[in-house]
Amino acid sequence: MTKSELIERIAAGRGITRREAEVVVNTVLDAIGDALAAGDRVELRGFGSFVVKRREPRMGRNPKTGEEVPVPGKRVPHFKPGKELRERVDRS
Amino acid sequence: MTKMEIANLVHERVGLSKRESAELVDDILECIRGSLASHENVKLSGFGHFRVRRKNERRGRNPKTGQEIMITPRYVVTFKASPLLKAKLNQEDES
Repeated sequence: MTKSELIERIAAGRGITRREAEVVVNTVLDAIGDALAAGDRVELRGFGSFVVKRREPRMGRNPKTGEEVPVPGKRVPHFKPGKELRERVDRS
Repeated sequence: MTKMEIANLVHERVGLSKRESAELVDDILECIRGSLASHENVKLSGFGHFRVRRKNERRGRNPKTGQEIMITPRYVVTFKASPLLKAKLNQEDES
């Protein structure tokens, strides 16, 4: 399922326009992204939680030249599926 | 951040009632869950991909008792963030 298919399914299920569903889907995804960018965790009961993990800076290597290059630290999002999602995916 | 806070944001930004907003947030999550439950991957451009992966049977250990057990084969969900979401998380660090 792609984002546009999700939007269509939501619109059809609620009897709202595709455009309205699109705004809602984008608002939800943006809200999650904004919360993570602010360092918050996002906990969606029965679905899962998104947390931000920190990667330490490290020395990497250019595989082509063998040259050592510093890799800066960064923040990466991590998703942990919730109980209901885990069980439904595994059961089917 | 919780589901209720997201629903409130939808209510404020989109102008739907609080109840409708909450129902739509639930619809979206249920739609994604349903898709993954039928082992269909979900690709949300600009956000990330949810994939269903099959994990083979493997030997594990009960960390409390140290007893060896077989972990049954299972299906699990993995999330891969889109480059856009990753960039959003590192904006301040780069400037």
